[in-house]
This record gives sequence, C-alpha cells and structure tokens, in this order.
Amino acid sequence: MSTTTATPPAAEMDRWPEKHYWNATKGWKSWAFTVDHKRIGMMYLIAILTAFFLGGVFAILVRLELLTPQQTIVGAKTYNQLFTLHGTVMVFLFLVPSIPAALGNFFLPMQLGAKDVAFPKLNLLSFYVYVVGALFAIWSLFHGAIDTGWTFYTPYSITTNTAVTPMLLAAFILGFSSILTGLNFIVSIHKLRAPGMTWFRMPLLLWALYATSVIQLLATPVLAITLLLVAMERVLGIGIFDPAMGGDPVLYQHFFWFYSHPAVYIMVVPAFGVISEIVATFTRRPIFGYRFVAFSSLAIAFIGFFVWGHHMFVSGQSEFAGMVFSFLSFFVAIPTAVKVFNWTATLYKGSIQLMSPMLYALIFLVQFTIGGLTGLFCAALATDVHLHDTYFIVAHFHYVMMGGTVFAFIGGLHYWWPKMTGRMYNEKLAKIAAAILFVGFNVTFFTQFILGTRGMPRRYYNYLPEYQRLHGFSTVGSWILAVGFLLVAAYLIASLRNGKVAGANPWGASTLEWQTASPPPTENFLDTPHVHTGPYVYPDEELVPRRAA
Amino acid sequence: MSTPTAAIPSNIKRHEVGHHFGNAEQEFSAAKLGFWIFLCTELLMFGGLFVAFIYYRTFLAETFLQAHRTLSKPLGVTNTVVLITSSFTMAMAIRSAMVNKQKQMMAFLWITLICATAFMVIKLGFEWPAKFSHHTLPGRFFDLHHASEAYPFLADVKSPAIFYSLYFMMTGLHGIHVLIGMGLILWLIIRGGRGEFYSGFYTPLEVTGLYWHFVDLVWIFLFPLFYLVG
Repeated sequence: MSTTTATPPAAEMDRWPEKHYWNATKGWKSWAFTVDHKRIGMMYLIAILTAFFLGGVFAILVRLELLTPQQTIVGAKTYNQLFTLHGTVMVFLFLVPSIPAALGNFFLPMQLGAKDVAFPKLNLLSFYVYVVGALFAIWSLFHGAIDTGWTFYTPYSITTNTAVTPMLLAAFILGFSSILTGLNFIVSIHKLRAPGMTWFRMPLLLWALYATSVIQLLATPVLAITLLLVAMERVLGIGIFDPAMGGDPVLYQHFFWFYSHPAVYIMVVPAFGVISEIVATFTRRPIFGYRFVAFSSLAIAFIGFFVWGHHMFVSGQSEFAGMVFSFLSFFVAIPTAVKVFNWTATLYKGSIQLMSPMLYALIFLVQFTIGGLTGLFCAALATDVHLHDTYFIVAHFHYVMMGGTVFAFIGGLHYWWPKMTGRMYNEKLAKIAAAILFVGFNVTFFTQFILGTRGMPRRYYNYLPEYQRLHGFSTVGSWILAVGFLLVAAYLIASLRNGKVAGANPWGASTLEWQTASPPPTENFLDTPHVHTGPYVYPDEELVPRRAA
Repeated sequence: MSTPTAAIPSNIKRHEVGHHFGNAEQEFSAAKLGFWIFLCTELLMFGGLFVAFIYYRTFLAETFLQAHRTLSKPLGVTNTVVLITSSFTMAMAIRSAMVNKQKQMMAFLWITLICATAFMVIKLGFEWPAKFSHHTLPGRFFDLHHASEAYPFLADVKSPAIFYSLYFMMTGLHGIHVLIGMGLILWLIIRGGRGEFYSGFYTPLEVTGLYWHFVDLVWIFLFPLFYLVG
C-alpha cells in the first residue's frame, strides 16, 4: 500500500525498536487497566488459547473414550459432560472470539491507520466481561458439569440435574462481550479510517470483520434472551419452552438456531478475511475480484440470517418451511463459493511463496471446500433425514469450524506473530507442524464422514463393534493433532526468547500494519498514514512474469 | 426552535477530545453511531420476546383474551402518560444543554427522574402486588385455584400460566431497563451538577436520551399488546 508517512529509512525500521507497546509502561496495573487495543488483543489471545487448550483436552478425552465400543475410561454421564464441555468451551470461549477479539483487536485499528478502536474503554470492558463469562463456565465445570450438548435443547436442559444455569449465564455474559467488540469494530471502521482510506481501499480482513460484527450485533441478543428464558425456566419454571406446561420446545430450537446458525458465520467469516490477507501477501498479487470478495462477506452475513431452519428438518417443522430453508441454504453457498474461486484465481500465475502462513491458507482452501460442499448434503431435505444427527454432521462442521476457522486462525497467528512479538519463529518446524496438523485433522475427521454415512449416530456413548476400526482410526488422528498443536505451542513460545528479530515487514506485505515497527509503538504509527492506493499493491509486482507476452 | 444560544457559563469544565479522535465532531458522531447500533441490539433482544408473544397469542388466543382482562387498564394508561412525559422532559434537557441553559437542564433531568420513579412505583408497588395476591403468576407459581376465585373465567382456558410468564418476562425486562435508565439519569444529574455539559459537549445526555426514548418506545408496544388487545 502506498502511503506518505514520514517513515524512517528501512534499515532503521528493521532494528528492534527502543520503545514499543510492550514496554511503553510497566507493572501489572499497566496491563490490567490498559486501553491500548494491542495489549487488549494480546490478553484476549492468551485467554482464548487457554480456552482452546481446555477444549482440546476435553476433545482428546472424548475420542479416547470412543476407542472401544463399551466403557474405555469414563462412565456414560461423564462422557455426556465431556462432549458438552468440549462444544460449549470451543464455541463460546474460543471460536466466536478467536479471530475478531484477538487478531482483530490487534490489527483492525492498524489496518485502518488509526491509533485505537473508537471506544477503548469499552474494549477493555469487553475483555473483562469475557473473563467473567469464562468464570461462570468454570463454575459449571466444577459443580456437576452440564450434560445437555452445547445446544441446550429443552426440555432436557430444564430437567437435568447438572449445572445448566451457570453455563447458560456464561454464554449469556460472553454474548455481551461479543456484542461490545462488534459495536466497537463497526464504529471504528465508519469513523476512524485514515485519510485516503476509502471503503474499497480497505484490506479484506476489515470487510470480513465488518460483516461479522453486523451478525454479532443482530444475532447475539436473540441468543441472550433465549438463554435467559431457559435459565428462568429452571429457576422459576415459567413454562414457555416446557411442553408439560403448555410451552413449545420447538420454539426454543427456532430461537436457538436464529442465533447459532449466523454464529457459524461469526466463526468463519473472519477466517475468510485472514485467508485473503495471507493469499495476497504470499502470491504478491491483489486478491482477484476484490469487490466480489468484499461484498460476498456482507451477502453471507445477510443470507445467513434466513437459513436457521435447516437444523430442524426432522424437528416437526412444516415441509413447506423445510423447502424454503433448504433453498436458502443452497443459496448461501453462492457467495461462499465466490470467495473460494477468487482465492484460487489469485493463485493463478502468482509468485507463490510457500511460507508457513501460506501453507495454512492452502490447507484451509482444501478443507473448507470439503466442509462447505458436505454442507450441501445436509441442506438437501431427503439426504439430511438420513444424515441428521450422525457422525457425518460432526465431520461436516468440524471441517468448517476446525479445518476452516482453526487453520485460518493458526495461519493468521503465524502471519502476524512477527508483528505482534517482533520475533520470527522457526520456519522449518512451522512447516513440519502444518503437515502434521493436516494429516491429523483429516485422519480424525474424514473417517467420521464414513462413520456417519454408515449410520453411526453422534453423541452416543456405546456403539456396535463393527464401527470400532473407524472409531479407532479417528482417535489415533486426534493424537496426531495433539502432537501438532503442542509442537506449534513449543516453537512459538521458544521464539519469544531466541527468535530472530523480525523487522517491520518480514513478508513484504503491503497493508498498513506492516508499515510500522515490530512490535509497534503504542500509538501504532509515528505519523498518521495517508493512503493513495488499494490494499494489495506490491512494489516489485511488475517484475513477476504475469502472462506470456 | 430558535432559542438563542446563551454564552457558555464560566463555571463550565471544558471537554477534552479523546487522543485517538481528530476532533470533537468526529468523537460525537462516533458515540452517537455506536449508541444507535447498541439500540439495534436491544431491539433484537426484545424482538425475541415479542416473537414469543405473537406465537402464543396465535395459538392461545382465547387464553390471552381472557387473561388480559385481569390487568389494570387505568394503571397501564397512567404509566404510559408518565413515560411519554418523561421522554419529553428528557428531550428538553438535551435542548437546554445545547443552548447553555444549565439550570433548566438540571430541572428537566430531575423531572425525568421523578417520572421514571413514578413508573416503577406504580409497577412494583401497585400492579405486581395485585398479581401476587391473586396468584396470577408465571408458570409453576400460577395457582388456578386462587386465581379463579377472583377471575373465574381463567378456569375455562388453556395454559393461562403462559400469559403471565410472558407478562412478567416482558414487563420485567422493560422494568430492568427503566431502572438502568434511572441510574443513567442520576449519573447525568451528578455530572451536570459539576458543570460538565454545555453547547460544546453533551454526548452523555444525547445517548442517554436515545436510550430513554427507546425504553419509552418498548412500553408503547407493550401497553397495547398486553392491556388493550390481550
């Protein structure tokens, strides 16, 4: 991106800066009461990685239990609690805040060329609200952990004697954290763009975060009121979702999925933004069809609000409603496919550098496409009746949520790690880890597509012996994944101590966050940047042979 | 209105613009945009309850028709008038700050707070206790035996408890919003007393005003739905 800033010469920019956001002020209070979006982003990063670790431990335990058809390590009730905790922790504590609250908080103001988000104190508040929500989740964990599945379906969630209410309150509170982040992002994008930063000069991550914020603001409050009603159901017995008192449990499902389907896009649209950044940088080409990619984020956000009924094809919803929801679900695949095609087109005749972030982006393209296309199986009415509540569904959403979002998140973490910490990690180990994770993920979850089509229902504690070989294969995959993640953690932590100094722009990227020192100063830029071109313009672009003359 | 703007009084504390904003106007418009977006969130939150209302009103039409007769129309009307008055005085308080009439602003803020208190007193002091004494309460606490002594028509309809669940949830959530609004107005009175609001800075007044009108508007829908249509 071409800017006119009084930037110091390149040699100076590549040295370790004397003053940066990390050492600008000292003492724990300077972190606990900070309003610097970069520090808040880092605190979020540590918090959500902790949640990811916790959710991962639950996942490993669930897979271990499924190694044999009968009891392996835990009883049936504990098993139900484990998969519920895995789901709730991963969704509410990790996936929803992951990219926006950690990477987004850090890089949204920098990509805008701003000094901070619009409401820095609100930003800090949203972090503490997240922490309070997490404490409620831990409360549920230690007081007869919840066993309803992450969907909290009534009437079981009203009658079970496990700690449902604390977990409902946790998700309720975490929702407000998510709303505050979304609000901050929308206002920042509207009001704090640097001079010359027009809407169509914004990096695509910002378009993705904008679309995500819209969903967060409009869908989350509906979840909030729904969870509040279920909590009231448990405390006061209000009966709105309780068939024994004339209430309707299917109404609960409508309310729940009105949030939770758009929430899928809260989790995956920011990942699209990260992939756009990585693909542009490592092919040294502007994203093909920039405007289409930008608007497809908004289109997904919009259409995503009208597809929730595809979770309820077998819940006694009318066939007509089923048809409408099925049609709309196919429709939402169009903007998603636009993105995948455009990224692929960007690769074409690009100068591709297979650095570790790019490896994750390419893995994302493969895995997310599988996840997206198997989604169409589930959106087709007749097919879904067969596949509903089987391991096929489990595999489908893990391909989207983990194969898509988690891989994009890890890719983004590698991409921006030098900017956040000022240090490079061990690139060779990073490539090995990416390969291990790719193998581990597909061993674990591709197997589950086969299990599902053969009729293995999800959430079952015991199963027929003929499924054991596939279940065992999947469990081994989960161990490979664990090794891969531990390796990533190891070399990233090691890089903090002895990583090479990264310099301002180790990847030769063009967006604004790379036009300042690493780690950046508290005010992000020494002078307000002035923007003259689009986000993906590379100085040596013309040197790349684009097409045969 | 063309009230001439009075000179900024000498005891006013001048507002400093946040370091990440270019100027006061950018800061003001950001705050206002942020608050409008927050109100969208609020709208969707109440929206969930309104959908639940429409759903049960459709399937339990007779229940809702009969049960709505147990609500007090005179108290509902009084509360509606009280809230609309408070919305007017809130708007006038903002107007007064914009033209540097600080004393007037404080008076309007106090009237708004008094109206809000009156609303809550009518709700919690008169309406809800009547429900408790007749056992017309939400869900599990609804007692048909006691309730049908006062309202015999409730005995003939299906699941009357659902009506009261919705009534208490919706007016309760609205009531919590009124209480939060009272806290905000009190905070404005304290800050206004310190001389922090003037023609150059009245953002907190403006956004609290938006909030207060929203709370008022929710009631404008709750009142006819529960008290008049049923």
